[in-house]
Amino acid sequence: MTAQVITVTSGKGGVGKTTAVANLATALAMDGKRVVCIDGDIGLRNLDVVMGLENRIVYDIVDVIEGRCKLKQAMIRDKHYPEMHLIPAAQTRDKNAVSPSDMIRICKDLRADADFIVIDSPAGIERGFRNAIAAADSVLVVTNPEVSAVRDADRVVGILEAEEKGSPALIINRLNPTLVKNNDMLSAEDVLDLLGIRLIGIVPEDEAVIIGSNRGTPIVTDGKSKAGQAFRNIAKRLQGEDIPFMDLAPQSGLWNAIQRLTGRK
Amino acid sequence: MDFFRRKRSAVSAKERLQLVLVHDRTDLTPGQLESLKDDLLKAISRYIEIDPDAVRIELEKDGRAQRLVADIPLKNSSRHRAG
Ligand SMILES: Nc1ncnc2c1ncn2[C@@H]1O[C@H](COP(=O)(O)OP(=O)(O)OP(=O)(O)O)[C@@H](O)[C@H]1O
Ligand SMILES: [Mg+2]
Repeated sequence: MTAQVITVTSGKGGVGKTTAVANLATALAMDGKRVVCIDGDIGLRNLDVVMGLENRIVYDIVDVIEGRCKLKQAMIRDKHYPEMHLIPAAQTRDKNAVSPSDMIRICKDLRADADFIVIDSPAGIERGFRNAIAAADSVLVVTNPEVSAVRDADRVVGILEAEEKGSPALIINRLNPTLVKNNDMLSAEDVLDLLGIRLIGIVPEDEAVIIGSNRGTPIVTDGKSKAGQAFRNIAKRLQGEDIPFMDLAPQSGLWNAIQRLTGRK
Repeated sequence: MDFFRRKRSAVSAKERLQLVLVHDRTDLTPGQLESLKDDLLKAISRYIEIDPDAVRIELEKDGRAQRLVADIPLKNSSRHRAG
């Protein structure tokens, strides 16, 4: 068995790439998979804090590339899932410290002992993005149902197609069902129709995501969170399972009350 | 009033994106598209008579592919009828 390398990217910044990587990796680890996360956002390291591992960092990816440590030494073991590791980004300002061939080599070395390698890409379409996709077997594009995020996602999809990386799969993050219902937010169908790629998940806007990142505990570990459920479903789909999409329709207070009265809830 | 305003925001987001994406994907600005249309009309007019106002030339999106669609109604030949 050799690991599947999955890169999460977006074009526009702040749409939820790091959140997606932390949650998908954790969900895969919860399913018993061996997972290595790589923070590809050189100079803006963040995956460590979102995963709650910032205090354990000794070496980073640039130390590996420049030979200051062995690959294994830069792999931080997760607090709860010993089969999950993080290779942190360096905080250097030198964007050229990592090259696409470095990423390919590191992933090659990791492949034999992992089931999934999940790479967090920086925003944009420059060097860091090129590095992040270099070793990818498949790419997940994250967008929000919002004009500028969808436009930038389309640019990235176009580049991936031109680079013959294959057609990426789409994660629509921060969908607000009430706004969609009121016709004040692009629906998942609208976004899919515009981008014309395969959908792998719709993650609702959920305060619990922010609470989770405050604590350094990805929200997939919270059984009650809808966003957590959405990320767990995506992780199952990455493992080849056919999981139906969640019903994200907003439920009015009245509807909830009726369902409770009729014992359906 | 409020009803109409609400209806519109997601719909106009989609319509605006549809246009922007087609131009982004083809690297054609709306201005370049206009001069392409003019050139096309001139070329066609050299052979047949057309009504420029009835012509419709548009970039259309088909999945992730773009196509340039032209609908050019031809006038019936007046020479034949006159002859
Ligand atoms: N589904 C969600 N519901 C609520 N908040 C969310 C959701 N997804 C992400 N966020 C919040 O949005 C913010 C940006 O998320 P994140 O850092 O994951 O984005 P990013 O794409 O990695 O950004 P960058 O481009 O800067 O790397 C964070 O504060 C995160 O907690
Ligand atoms: Mg990030």
